[in-house]
Amino acid sequence: MTERPRRGPGSWRGARRGSTLLGAALTGIVGLAALASPVLAPHGVDDRFPDLLDAPPTLPHVFDGGRLRPPFIHPWKLVNRLEQRYEPDAGTSVPLVWFRGGRLVSSSDDSRAPLLILGADSYGRDVFSRLLFGSRVSIALSLAAAAGAAVLGGLFGALAGYLGGAADDLITRTADAVMLLPAMYVALALRALLPPVVPPAIVFVGLAAIFAVIGAPFVLRGVRDIVGTERRRESATAAVALGAGPVHLLVRHLLPAARGFIATQMTMLTPAFIVAEATLSYVGFGFGPPVTSWGTMLQETSNVRAFSDFPWLLSPAAAIFAFVLGLNLLIEDRRARRTLG
Amino acid sequence: MKWPPRSPGRAGDAARIGRRRPPGTARAAAPRLAWYLARRLLFALLMVFAVSSASLVLAHVAPGDYAGEAAGILGGRQRAGALRARYGLDRPLIEQYRAWVGGALRLDFGRSLAYDRPVADLIPERAANTALLAGAALAAATLIGVPLGIFTGSRRGGVMAALVRGVSVLMLSMPPLLTSLLLVVVAARTGWAPIGGMGTPAQLVIPATALALPIAALFERLQSQAIREVLGQRYILAALARGAPRRRVLWRDALKPAIRPVLSVYGLVVATLLSGSFAVEMVTSWPGLGRLALEALRSRDVFLVAGCAGTGAAFLACGTLLSDFALAAIGRPPDDPEPVADD
Repeated sequence: MTERPRRGPGSWRGARRGSTLLGAALTGIVGLAALASPVLAPHGVDDRFPDLLDAPPTLPHVFDGGRLRPPFIHPWKLVNRLEQRYEPDAGTSVPLVWFRGGRLVSSSDDSRAPLLILGADSYGRDVFSRLLFGSRVSIALSLAAAAGAAVLGGLFGALAGYLGGAADDLITRTADAVMLLPAMYVALALRALLPPVVPPAIVFVGLAAIFAVIGAPFVLRGVRDIVGTERRRESATAAVALGAGPVHLLVRHLLPAARGFIATQMTMLTPAFIVAEATLSYVGFGFGPPVTSWGTMLQETSNVRAFSDFPWLLSPAAAIFAFVLGLNLLIEDRRARRTLG
Repeated sequence: MKWPPRSPGRAGDAARIGRRRPPGTARAAAPRLAWYLARRLLFALLMVFAVSSASLVLAHVAPGDYAGEAAGILGGRQRAGALRARYGLDRPLIEQYRAWVGGALRLDFGRSLAYDRPVADLIPERAANTALLAGAALAAATLIGVPLGIFTGSRRGGVMAALVRGVSVLMLSMPPLLTSLLLVVVAARTGWAPIGGMGTPAQLVIPATALALPIAALFERLQSQAIREVLGQRYILAALARGAPRRRVLWRDALKPAIRPVLSVYGLVVATLLSGSFAVEMVTSWPGLGRLALEALRSRDVFLVAGCAGTGAAFLACGTLLSDFALAAIGRPPDDPEPVADD
């Protein structure tokens, strides 16, 4: 008997901690970038450069003929309009300026040689700026939906756990049924209830509500179990003996026990909602043209040729991946312990 | 060495799933198992009916209707009204629903408004395409994920195991939408696989890979944890102490109870597959159920929507049934003895 599994050699613990740190870093960077987007973005979300359709990224240089210089970029020169091929105009260097007009960094000659960190899209808009502003919509939507799912799931879970009996049965079975269905199709079917063309604010609220309904069962199941267990504790009986009403008992004594669980579930749902928004917008059932989100950015170039010729248009996918990976790493440890229950 | 070691189980276990029976009860347990599976079958049928009805009603109450969409801006009200009358869309919902249920009982699922063909003619081909894609992905995910999970679960530490685990976590964060986009772009630039469409087996590579990778990662993680838990049990310790070869203990004695978590998520994975398949079908132009459903929703083709939803539900039901049968086939393991204390 040599290789009985032992718990926790150092390397695994270390790897775990490292991955949690990486997760926090990724999530933090994306979150901060979303918050600070008006400062970080070199351009407005809809600024167009008609001469730079699908232009590649402008890399900042610091070496000029072997001499170190403050960062500068070379402007793009259109070589072939039909194929949208550009070549750097190596003879001209445009220095970057810092903190002009409330923007962290931009080109000193914005109209002729704009700073395009991640290139331009087919309308000549700066992909990097759009990515930053788009992250606000995508993240805000998924956070709102996660909060909605927590409220819905918490409410019905608490009811089910508190009431027990037939009400519990009804609520839990409905939740189970919703969990069994493919989320994407439920979202599609519910989205179809909204008229195809509605103001962005209504799309936002509608999508958040739909995602909340789909995500709520995942919160509900756990909250129900926790409330059910807590309710049978002596502390709960004592509180009732001291005259606590049902609402007081739920809010002050039973639900606080589920706080950690709800937080974990919200962290697990948020990435799923980010992907759901991207998928819905990609197929044209999410946000529409005036709104910029990660999903609409993918949708605007849903033609695969465009992606392969201008790979920087895939950067929303990279952003989604970074954010989702960050959140997954953050909770991986807790999820790993819970999966087997 | 005999496995599993018996321990007192809960009273209802034998009834719920055909567990390895104590001698003498063999005859009584078989009908109970059959009854259990029959109940699951009934539940599955009910689910298909409920889902297709619900989607029919949803598609109906949604703003706008097929006639309005088809007549368009040019058609005007009269044309839309004529279309409505022709397809019976102007009758009250209850009446239409009753007609649809009556037809469905006779396996007539109504006519697609947009294609002007019976729904039952349109769906099988698309459903087969989605089933092919999902089946290939599920097979690939199982063949990749389960062995890797056994590998990582049976050893702690080690560079390879850490690497596999790391890749799994990465893959769990790669939804099929992103993976398929990425693969398509890579394929378009390098030409290693055909992109888009369906016809040759090679065209299955990209969509199936994109769909399979996150599920393979899920299986790897589940299998890894399950193996690790089982290997900590006393009877494994006892088997090893008796000198049974480690490989045999792992692949025969440990695997059987440890395969259950993966088998029991099979039913749920079908839902994940359908959701993922939807995204993949869009990106790679795979002519599956997802595209048909989206088209139907767009044009408010209510009966086609209901047909697609019902087919999806049937897939789900198949997944759950499959998972139930598989669990019943390997037998229910004994209730776990208390975990071995760490020394």
